[in-house]
Amino acid sequence: MEKQFLIAGFGGQGVLLIGQLIAKAAMRQGSEVSWMPSYGPEMRGGEANCAVVVSDEAIGSPLVSEPPVLVAMNKPSLDKFMPKMAVGGTLLYNSSLISDPELRDDVKVIAVPCNEIADRLKNNRVSNMVMLGAIQAATDMTTDENLEGTLREWLGESKAAMLAINMQAIAEGRKLV
Amino acid sequence: MAVVFEKTKLLCDAPFHYCPGCTHGIIHRLVAEALDELGIGDTAIGVAPVGCAVFAYNYFNCDMQEAAHGRAPAVATGIKRVHPDKAVFTYQGDGDLASIGAAEIVHAATRGEKITTIFVNNAIYGMTGGQMAPTTLPGQVTTTSPYGRDTNHCGFPVKVSEMLSTLTGPAYIERVSVHDVQHIRKAKAAIKKAFQLQMEGKGFTLIEVISTCPTNWGMTPKESLEWVKSDMIPAYPLGVYKDVTEGGTK
Amino acid sequence: MKKLMKGNEAIAEAAIQAGCRFFFGYPITPQNQIPEYMSKRMPQVGGCFLQAESEVAAINMVYGAAGAGARVMTSSSSPGISLKQEGISYMIGAELPCVIVNIVRGGPGLGGIQPAQSDYYQATRGGGHGDYRMCVLAPSSIQEAVDLTQNAFDIADRYRNPVMVLGDGLIGQMMEPVDMEKAMNREPAPDLAQKTWATTGHKATVDHPRSIVNSLYIDPQVLEDHNIHLQSKYDAMESAECRWQEELTSDAEIVIVAYGTTSRIARSAMRKCREKGVKVGMIRPITLWPFPEAAIRATLATAKHYLCIEMSMGQMVDDVRLAVNGERPVEFYGRCGGMVPTVNDIVDQIMALSGQSDPDLFKQVEQAANAACEKINDLGKKIDEKVNSPEFVQKTEELKKQVEGAAVKTVDGLAKGATLFAEGLGKAFDAFKKEFDNNDDQGKGGEE
Repeated sequence: MEKQFLIAGFGGQGVLLIGQLIAKAAMRQGSEVSWMPSYGPEMRGGEANCAVVVSDEAIGSPLVSEPPVLVAMNKPSLDKFMPKMAVGGTLLYNSSLISDPELRDDVKVIAVPCNEIADRLKNNRVSNMVMLGAIQAATDMTTDENLEGTLREWLGESKAAMLAINMQAIAEGRKLV
Repeated sequence: MAVVFEKTKLLCDAPFHYCPGCTHGIIHRLVAEALDELGIGDTAIGVAPVGCAVFAYNYFNCDMQEAAHGRAPAVATGIKRVHPDKAVFTYQGDGDLASIGAAEIVHAATRGEKITTIFVNNAIYGMTGGQMAPTTLPGQVTTTSPYGRDTNHCGFPVKVSEMLSTLTGPAYIERVSVHDVQHIRKAKAAIKKAFQLQMEGKGFTLIEVISTCPTNWGMTPKESLEWVKSDMIPAYPLGVYKDVTEGGTK
Repeated sequence: MKKLMKGNEAIAEAAIQAGCRFFFGYPITPQNQIPEYMSKRMPQVGGCFLQAESEVAAINMVYGAAGAGARVMTSSSSPGISLKQEGISYMIGAELPCVIVNIVRGGPGLGGIQPAQSDYYQATRGGGHGDYRMCVLAPSSIQEAVDLTQNAFDIADRYRNPVMVLGDGLIGQMMEPVDMEKAMNREPAPDLAQKTWATTGHKATVDHPRSIVNSLYIDPQVLEDHNIHLQSKYDAMESAECRWQEELTSDAEIVIVAYGTTSRIARSAMRKCREKGVKVGMIRPITLWPFPEAAIRATLATAKHYLCIEMSMGQMVDDVRLAVNGERPVEFYGRCGGMVPTVNDIVDQIMALSGQSDPDLFKQVEQAANAACEKINDLGKKIDEKVNSPEFVQKTEELKKQVEGAAVKTVDGLAKGATLFAEGLGKAFDAFKKEFDNNDDQGKGGEE
């Protein structure tokens, strides 16, 4: 059983982190995982994406060319990767930044107003966590407990105080699915 | 019986391969004496260049590494970082240091690498048979500047001591000559001071020694010493170019 | 416990845990996390990180530090490794151990920055001058990158020769779980001798004379002797250090040869093809030099075809052909310039060689062919007066050929593709029937 994710947006939106947390959560459950970022000339606000593969057996290609799960945090990412999606896949897009997109009718679509929810939570840095919650609910990638454990581990002691707001954002994201 | 002369301990019992009248032999001897007198000769680590001094590892009786052309300062950097308490030196000619190895010397100097470079400037490529060097004087005839160095065509000599002294990293830079006894004594004092400052951790040290190449200059040894005085020294003025010690003026 | 680590950082930490305390490098994508990590970690462990002014300087700093007796490493990516070739040749000549990491990117020239395997020749044939060899280790996962980096230091010290760890942009940039606990404080291999040859600035004694690190041998006889001595080390490396992994080769009729990143993708393709009943196996060279020639020859017993897959225009395939020595066909498939082959690309290659089509597809093609034949028969009965017309015979033959061709033609194993194909065949038949009917009508018109 192999699950593939492609998470794309622009630098600073935390797309690489979303992918790392998915990979870490799966690793904690004993799965094989790989996380592969796009890399290139470093540019603030430039395009960023990462591919995550979770599997029961050793992972072949860590690249995801026909994403069954696509997470698009901005419009250019949606335009670039939606046409490549596998039929019957799941598309999660950031509806705060992408308004009235032309969407494919052969994939499942979930609109996630990441920035609006983050603003409502009075912390615009957790918009990616809202999306992570939606991904979790839409793909059944891990349990709530394991995701919390993963986040706790990632934050470490120095940022432990941030756990509550992050978990809150994740919970808001889950509700959307 | 009183000892009136003793062989320099840091030089091996090996005959030099240098041409008659070449001053490399004198410079080797000065380096060896300076290290001996400071008591750091038998634990020094030297780096030989590519050029006439390529066999320096056969002459200096201490641990030696032979470097690729121009790379001696990088090799010495590697050695010094592993053995910071040892005296580490490079012995390089003008083609090696000022042409192909220009980047390595500039960066070793600007890092304040705690090594001593003995830079032998005779304004020509000796080992390969007398081609134009980066320090060849304007108008000087070599096998690759048969009409004399045309500065309009191939530019001007590189003044290494002047150039490196503009950097902050070097602790001591002096240009000396070995064309007569008085200058030989001054040269030895300079070399000794450079090693002393290296061991005190002051920074990068370089002694540029104006040398001769009677064979490729097409002169007798005596004529070549005269040419050092008449042509080389006016183009490459002797003196201290950098001195960060107390009382140092540069 | 496993830790999710980026390839470049895992390689750097593995080196530190193997006792590397000196690192000299210069920035170049996609290996920058190695020097960055080293710059942070080396001061913490009492080591030295120094950013050199160029790759040329960096490898020569490595020369100095290695000659001074230290465990030392440098890393770069393809264009930078080209610049280091001079130093590598000198280090081999002077018999100095070090580890060089090449996180390969596409070339030639400045090329690109995406993953490639186009430095195979340079790594295994020696990009520098002179008769020389160097062990080249090619990890295919981050865990293996850690293990091989640590092994590399032992191999380098054992033979007093540089060792290259050859990854690619994907190995450098990817994160995977790594068991670092196993790699912690790794002791040098027990068989390694003291480095009495190093220039440590020791006082010379009769038993331990001064050390000279040198690659210059002016006397031709002495230089030949030196080369013969070096060759004896290469022979020893060939017999002791060759590593490879073989998978499903015992009955393999098609043997894939692939290394590093490509081998992972080939493995997925191999599994898919096994599910379709194709007897395919894989030899994955872990050392690119020494090349696992014997392992490849061992598969000759069952192999009918070899398929070499690389992210290059075909470099390792030469070594596969040398190993197979003309006894079997050796095919090649490659992508380059930063393009990475997909699993489906490789499945197509394997299926083409297998000489059988995808069984699912085969059934459908057979059904379509049968249906077509039935229809032809029906049609034939109806119009038997036309059956001997040359046009009809010719068209029937063409259709037969099409059907036969389709049956053996190997195409993508997707059911979707097969359905489309069968549909296409049906359409072709309909078109033929229509045309035939038209001809029939025309015939009735009495033009003949």
